[in-house]
Amino acid sequence: MNKSELVERLAERAKITKKRAEQVVNLVFEQMTEALQRGDRIEIRGFGSFTSKSYEAYTGRNPRTGETIHVPAKRLPFFKVGKELKERVDYPRGRPGVSGGNSHHEYVDDDDDDEADDRADGGAQLG
Amino acid sequence: MADGSPTNFSSDAVGRTLTKAEFVEAVYSKIGLSRRDSAEVIELLFESVKETLARGEAVKISGFGNFIVREKKARTGRNPQTGNAIQITARRVLTFKPSQVLKDMLNK
Repeated sequence: MNKSELVERLAERAKITKKRAEQVVNLVFEQMTEALQRGDRIEIRGFGSFTSKSYEAYTGRNPRTGETIHVPAKRLPFFKVGKELKERVDYPRGRPGVSGGNSHHEYVDDDDDDEADDRADGGAQLG
Repeated sequence: MADGSPTNFSSDAVGRTLTKAEFVEAVYSKIGLSRRDSAEVIELLFESVKETLARGEAVKISGFGNFIVREKKARTGRNPQTGNAIQITARRVLTFKPSQVLKDMLNK
């Protein structure tokens, strides 16, 4: 999803015009950029947090040519994913909650618990 | 003397934190939605991003950066305290790659 798709999605869901949605999206990311420029933290609950770190200048070396290179001081942004989003991104892999963590257990059908399987194995043919 | 070791950085955090409340305030004052609608639109914005990522799809914000979902294979790790081998299951993780524009903005 790119920015214009996000704008469309937001316009649809919030029932506002695309123009407004675009203003909102631009405003939010501008504010975030400005905050990082000031050296501020950003904390968006349920999503994650952004920080910036400053690195000192150092003299490095190109390992291939042995050439000395000067790496200037710089600032880099970092993102740390929040707990809720971290779990939502990972959840489709089938972790907590799904069949009590029995990840090695293979299901062929969509039975919702282990007992259903055992009953079927018990040989009682439905009929 | 700086030697490029991974410890030559410092966190820039000086106590100020930007939160959703400020996004809401900016939408209210600059775009002219009511406070209630501003709050809702900010919620929906982040919810739309989260839903997309939860499906495993990347979200690319030009001028800011890309949020990318990466598949990590299962591997055998080690508890650094006990040295015991432990199985780390396959997982999906979210990473953020800042755009060159954002990096340049931080170094102007």
